Amino acid sequence: MSERIREKLNILADAAKYDVSCSSSGGNRKNDNKGLGDSHASGICHTYTEDGRCVSLLKILLTNHCIFDCAYCVSRKSNDIERAAFSVEEVVSLTINFYRRNYIEGLFLSSGIFKNADFTMERLLRVVKKLRLEEHFNGYIHLKTIPGASDELIREAGMYADRMSINLEMPTETGLKLLAPEKSHADVIRPLGFVQNQIIQFTEEKKLIKSVPKFVPAGQSTQMVIGATPETDKDIMQTADRFYRDFSLKRVYYSGYVPISLDNRLPMIGTQPPLIRENRLYQTDWLMRFYGFHVNELLNDGNPNLDIDIDPKLSWALRNLHFFPVDMNVAAYKMILRVPGIGVSSAKKIVQARKFGKLRIDQIMKIGVAYNKAKYFIKCADSPYQFKDYQHTQIKSFILAGSQSKYLKNDVKQLNLF
Amino acid sequence: MDTYVTDGSLEGLLCAVYEWFEKKPGKVLIKTNSDHQPDVFGLDVKIYNDNTKADRVWKGLQTKLSAGWLRKFYCAYLSELPEINFHLFEFACYIFGGPPDAAQNFGNEHVLKLAQTARMVEREKHRMEAFIRFRKTQDEHFYCSIDPDFNVMPLILNHFRNRYADQRWVIYDIRRHYGIYYDLEHTSEIHLDRQDEQNLKKPGAVAHDQMEDGYETLWKNYFRSANIAARKNTRLHVKHVPKRYWKYLPEKH
Repeated sequence: MSERIREKLNILADAAKYDVSCSSSGGNRKNDNKGLGDSHASGICHTYTEDGRCVSLLKILLTNHCIFDCAYCVSRKSNDIERAAFSVEEVVSLTINFYRRNYIEGLFLSSGIFKNADFTMERLLRVVKKLRLEEHFNGYIHLKTIPGASDELIREAGMYADRMSINLEMPTETGLKLLAPEKSHADVIRPLGFVQNQIIQFTEEKKLIKSVPKFVPAGQSTQMVIGATPETDKDIMQTADRFYRDFSLKRVYYSGYVPISLDNRLPMIGTQPPLIRENRLYQTDWLMRFYGFHVNELLNDGNPNLDIDIDPKLSWALRNLHFFPVDMNVAAYKMILRVPGIGVSSAKKIVQARKFGKLRIDQIMKIGVAYNKAKYFIKCADSPYQFKDYQHTQIKSFILAGSQSKYLKNDVKQLNLF
Repeated sequence: MDTYVTDGSLEGLLCAVYEWFEKKPGKVLIKTNSDHQPDVFGLDVKIYNDNTKADRVWKGLQTKLSAGWLRKFYCAYLSELPEINFHLFEFACYIFGGPPDAAQNFGNEHVLKLAQTARMVEREKHRMEAFIRFRKTQDEHFYCSIDPDFNVMPLILNHFRNRYADQRWVIYDIRRHYGIYYDLEHTSEIHLDRQDEQNLKKPGAVAHDQMEDGYETLWKNYFRSANIAARKNTRLHVKHVPKRYWKYLPEKH
């Protein structure tokens, strides 16, 4: 193990870390050739960094040389940093050896753009081909689609990768133009659409002919940087919603901007990354995907931004008190899901359990509902009669008084000078 | 109240269910040989293992429960928690005697307890799949010893056999004194004697491949580089990787 590999790994892992996606789920590759590895449908996080993010893939750049000069990116052309590049063999050997020791689920390979898009994409393709064909590797591979690469290369890469992704970077076109004048959302939309059409085509063919190979079985994802440009939460979530619908994305990631540049278009170095806001955006994302909320219910012109002190579901409930209290013993599953403090698995349990008799408060608590939050919104068989109608501000202050925010100690806001 | 004393095996537990339905003695307690203390008030009934009886009860459960619930039942058994035999017994009796689809009644304490325990065991299984770190020995075996909270070896076996089909590996459970060895074709159970096990715990006991420390250093380097210092969140980190698992992880040394 040469010292040089260690240095390269440090540089190129460091440059790749701002890509938050590290999921290894959704793959269904089996190890039926007596080769190495398979993918676990739900993914496995093999460790967590000290900032609490999951590490399941070896996430590296092939190189951090780049011809672009995007203000938000640590590898931008004008940034004075150490540059390095892995050879194809080095990436393959690292992946295989980490995988054999059960360190990782697979490889996340991205790259700065050197020379041009096709040249870069072709190099990425060589890595995945070598892994799959020569090393008989069946682990998870997440590959970045390079915007502007030719359809043939993208199509071939899709035959070997499990997931492909391409980053939107900024939630709106104007934001992107401000920080990366050379780029546009159209560059992202074209390859996303191309891969999606291919996925549909391959699945259609697979229904008729069993031997059709897999094509990006774990689907596509994208990422937006939050807090670098002045978009509202409404802009961000509406963009996300559009991409979920138009391109059947598996995930949209929101990455709180970590200041890395002295550029005056961006937050200063030392500013705390917007961690709470990022968390609230993910909560909204979940509400849209698993709880049957429409984005306009949570964010609209009346409330363009999410509340920082309470979660988006509670905030929706407080704005819509006329839907509550929800009777646990008769309400529809969809309505139970909308109660703050009740998650998907609790809601399912409630719907199943109530077939066997009226549910009481103690049973609801045992099932796993966050009762202190939910109690203002639900009715059980033995709920006492409520004489008083609480205002939404009262309920909010009761709930806040009874809870301890895990963020309070991290909450360092920059003060205004004037 | 009678006390049914089993040998602690799944077979014994199933036989106890059989025994209860044969006699219908009302409320009984379930104890295992190791945790049973006789008292003067009740009668002790020793449960003798009988394959045909156990099979019959298991077949009965198969007709009453979905595959998912059978797995939950088995997982809860593997938890080895002191009270779990009682809950398993009560659960089985409830399933046989209760309404159709009784397993969905999460209002019943035994159903809920089983679901929750099974979840704890599945979580431990998942953690073992994640946190096991193999080290390559000089004779090309990949070795790891574990000390899980629950007896999850039967659950993780298939995962590792499917995944590492082209390498020889050994996973050894130090607490329960048995391990699994995969020889490229089959997996087999292995037992070491106490002296060997003691030796295994000493540092440097296993002769490792020369490259091994190199890869471990690389991995530690990678782990450090992947961290974003500005977002440090120790609470979340420890929540995901509780300290009792750090002993498995080279990156936390």
